[in-house]
Amino acid sequence: MALRGDWVYENNGGTCVAIAGSDYCVVAADTRLSVGYSIHTRDYSKICNLCDLLFPADKCVLASSGFQGDMKALQKNLAAKHLVSVHLLHIYQHQHNKQMSCPAMARLLSNTLYYKRFFPYYTFNILGGLDNEGKGCVYTYDAVGSYERVGYSCQGTGGALIMPVLDNQLKSPSPLLLPARDAVTPLSESEAVDLVKDVFASATERDIYTVRFPIFFFFQFLAFCESDIFPTQQHAYSSRVLNDPNEYDPLIGFRLSYRIMHK
Amino acid sequence: MAGSYGSTLRYKNVERIKSIGKHTLLGASGEVSDFQEILRYLDELIIYDNMWDDGNSLGPKEVHNYLTRVMYNRRNKFDPLFNSLVVGGVKNGQKYLGMVGMIGTHYEDNHVATGFGNHLARPLMRAEWHEDMSFEEAVKLLEKCLLVLLYRDRSAINKFQIAKITEEGVTISEPYALKTFWGFLAFQNPTKGAEGSW
Repeated sequence: MALRGDWVYENNGGTCVAIAGSDYCVVAADTRLSVGYSIHTRDYSKICNLCDLLFPADKCVLASSGFQGDMKALQKNLAAKHLVSVHLLHIYQHQHNKQMSCPAMARLLSNTLYYKRFFPYYTFNILGGLDNEGKGCVYTYDAVGSYERVGYSCQGTGGALIMPVLDNQLKSPSPLLLPARDAVTPLSESEAVDLVKDVFASATERDIYTVRFPIFFFFQFLAFCESDIFPTQQHAYSSRVLNDPNEYDPLIGFRLSYRIMHK
Repeated sequence: MAGSYGSTLRYKNVERIKSIGKHTLLGASGEVSDFQEILRYLDELIIYDNMWDDGNSLGPKEVHNYLTRVMYNRRNKFDPLFNSLVVGGVKNGQKYLGMVGMIGTHYEDNHVATGFGNHLARPLMRAEWHEDMSFEEAVKLLEKCLLVLLYRDRSAINKFQIAKITEEGVTISEPYALKTFWGFLAFQNPTKGAEGSW
């Protein structure tokens, strides 16, 4: 009955994963958009660049799963806030021509989500990118904005299937240890990308809403450098989308089972 | 072309495809009165766009985005427009096809459908759509889907319109009917295998 109010939400499914390394970050999300037991489309990207007209926020990307209407509204909301904070306001930290850092965007996202605490954005988000020192950073959220910086994370319908595998493979030190240990993984970029591919393959076996070929977004810290255009920028980074959904990877799944057995 | 009223077929002449501006076609299913209100919103949008008189005009992507925002914001106010919309068009040689649902879920794809079409027509379109289909092939595929829906969707009637949009312009066909076949042997004596059933 329309009195119940649960018609305002639907779960369009999907899974997002992010892994932080010492100088890179990998963010991946699958591309299926579902409703109920049907598929809307096989080609919908859940990763958003939070870009505005002139300056894309290319230090971090947002991967979300959940209700797609809210995902899109959230992305537009953050992009508008980024635009305002970078271009229009002169608050300490956000000078003209300097984009928001990943930790700053992380707090902004948390506040944006909590703002709608009593009519939430039904989105499960991961923010991935490089922090101010060039190390990979991954922030993981719930629907109302509680967040935490972690070394790796996964959200969405396949999250519960993937998280134990990532825990097994990436063996993050406990956040309770003192002095605080680095949560980022010592794996190389290609190993991390392979792990993500394998982990999606596993989730796809049992989760009807997840599909095997994710879109990847990859941040690589390149070097500390001086820049004429952005004098306050301390390092260069490259970000690129790497995915070829039709690429056949013969080792997919096998690598993961090998690694698990031979640990 | 049907407009149901609960389980009765109240209106048999509802035009559910309209052209918007020069570049877009909009098709709707669901509440007819809400569709009419959407057309009023779009009328205003197009009029304001034309008043700029700057040679630019809103294309299908823009209309799709606008409708998504309208549907989502009405859903936020708990007062939705009860429609599923299909938005398609061509602008500057680029074709576009998208769908918007009543709570703001939206996507773009090579083939879209609303309601029962998602269950019955999309699988047919997934199997038979390919890049660079000719118009005749596309109509044939669409009519195949419409026929399946006619046979199996209780709220469908045998009266359709097909609309075409190209760079040159829009044509919405006159209503027409498809040829159906009911002479299957299994239908001739339906209770043959089970006496006493109906």
